[in-house]
Amino acid sequence: MDPGAGALIGMSFATFRPTNRMRRRLERTAERALFHGTLAVLLVFFLFPLVWMVLSSLKTNVQVTEFPPLWLFWPTWQNYADVFTKNPFYSYMLNSTIIALAAVGVGLVVGLPAAYTMARYRQTSLGVLFLSMRILPSIALLVPLFVIYRSLGLINSLGGIVIAHLIIVVPLIVWIMAGFFEDIPKELEEAALIDGCTRAGTFVRIILPLSKPGIVAATILSFIASWNNFIFVLILGGRDTITLPMAVYGFVSFEDVNWGGLNAAATVITVPILVLSLVVQRYLAGGLTMGAVKG
Amino acid sequence: MTPVRRGIGGWLLAAADRNVAILFPLPAVLLVLGLMLYPLGYTIALSTRSYDLGFRRYSFVGLSHYAEALTNQRFLDSAIRTVVFTVMSVVGSIVLGLVMALILNREFRGARWARTAFLLPMVATPVATSLVWMMMFNPSLGVLNYLLGLMGIPPSLWVADPLLVIPSIVLVDIWHFAPFAMLILLAGLRSLPSEPFESAMIDGASRWQSFWHIALPLLRPILLVVVIFRTIDSLKVFDIIWVITAGGPGFSSETLYVYAYNQAFKYLDLGYGSAVIVVFTVLVAVTSLMWIRARERLSA
Repeated sequence: MDPGAGALIGMSFATFRPTNRMRRRLERTAERALFHGTLAVLLVFFLFPLVWMVLSSLKTNVQVTEFPPLWLFWPTWQNYADVFTKNPFYSYMLNSTIIALAAVGVGLVVGLPAAYTMARYRQTSLGVLFLSMRILPSIALLVPLFVIYRSLGLINSLGGIVIAHLIIVVPLIVWIMAGFFEDIPKELEEAALIDGCTRAGTFVRIILPLSKPGIVAATILSFIASWNNFIFVLILGGRDTITLPMAVYGFVSFEDVNWGGLNAAATVITVPILVLSLVVQRYLAGGLTMGAVKG
Repeated sequence: MTPVRRGIGGWLLAAADRNVAILFPLPAVLLVLGLMLYPLGYTIALSTRSYDLGFRRYSFVGLSHYAEALTNQRFLDSAIRTVVFTVMSVVGSIVLGLVMALILNREFRGARWARTAFLLPMVATPVATSLVWMMMFNPSLGVLNYLLGLMGIPPSLWVADPLLVIPSIVLVDIWHFAPFAMLILLAGLRSLPSEPFESAMIDGASRWQSFWHIALPLLRPILLVVVIFRTIDSLKVFDIIWVITAGGPGFSSETLYVYAYNQAFKYLDLGYGSAVIVVFTVLVAVTSLMWIRARERLSA
């Protein structure tokens, strides 16, 4: 830098000296603009793909492949009608629902008592066991399951898929519920025990009713995990166990992709999950980190 | 209250009730043993054998599958790719998640709505959203190239470009899981004590200074929790890659998970596939353990 520039900068500082109040106001406006700008960019980034999915599902097959993309158009419901009439989409939906409900049901029956003793008797080895189930990649268990299912005739059966889904559902339920049970004061159980109630009776009559919100959260979160799961059905499933993720995936395996239908199908499978998740927003953090953080 | 039962039945019930600590977790433990430890042992055993699926015949081959994998260029490439993918995705989602958490930690109108909006990608079905991203990535009719064009940037090949495919899929993974990082970090921010921040403000510290010197160090344990879970999940990404590229173009987005899937279930080479799976599982387990140890050391 030549000395002239330095003198210039020095001079401009000498001649223009904003008052403190002006500077503070300027800073605050700049700060606010930065804050709202970042927020807007982030909202667009996270919402755009979902919005684009819904918009594309309402376009005709000509409109959806148009470039530059269409932003204003007359919506059509044809894609949704096609999804349900040209494919047995109801039965895929039924498969997904049956599998998720059964896996969550068994998961609750098996997981709730385990979570209770884990929380009450500080059984850390149980915690380690269920945490390692969360860490393990599913594919580490899928080769044996595939071989065993083949010899037992469980491939392409809903029951087989339900059993496999327990691998993801049970650890999830146990960890969410252990956190909940820990928060219930011990005194309540002690009072029941003194009154002559059995331990099992205390669990069923006192603890479970008190943990209803937790059970709702665990049920919904594990339902979502099962509903979204892809790899178990991909490997162990067949023509009779096509779930919604499998069905949507099927839209691209053909030569020419039916984009409108694909987006309609993707919307149909995503929307119920989004709605369900809103119900349990509050418990998401605690649930998804296996109790490592209380949300 | 429960009536007292007499006789042998009553005695058994009472004995059982005294041992709930063992009986209650028993079904879950048996389930884990049956669905996790047994299959895991089976996979390890299978990795030392060649298995003929048609005739259901095994032949012992020792560690040769492992030797084969460790000298196979495609395997080594996929291992490196897995590490690169994981580092990019973990760093990206945590930085973005932290920015989101800091924004939501301030009070403004519509904060709750913004939080809800941010959470949606995390629960949306990955197969479905990946297909939407695949459509947006499309080089000739995708909306992303259109948006680039609006900003005066030349169109990109995205997932069709062997060099850009991993960063593009990382983008999808970040979209899915930065909200998860945000959720935990927000809970962490809200649990921080307020005194250090108040005294810093009195001492005239700027927002940035109090974030960098006070909030960040206090957040370390929570940050490690996020790192643990994000690392585990990034190493295990399968749905997104399989749906968008199936490992292509060529093998340029084939991670260890996808490679293992191809060997075991596409080429049905169960023995060799199992060896790859064992190596992959060890990588996931060791990495997770390393981070969990770091977390324990921090709180000790």
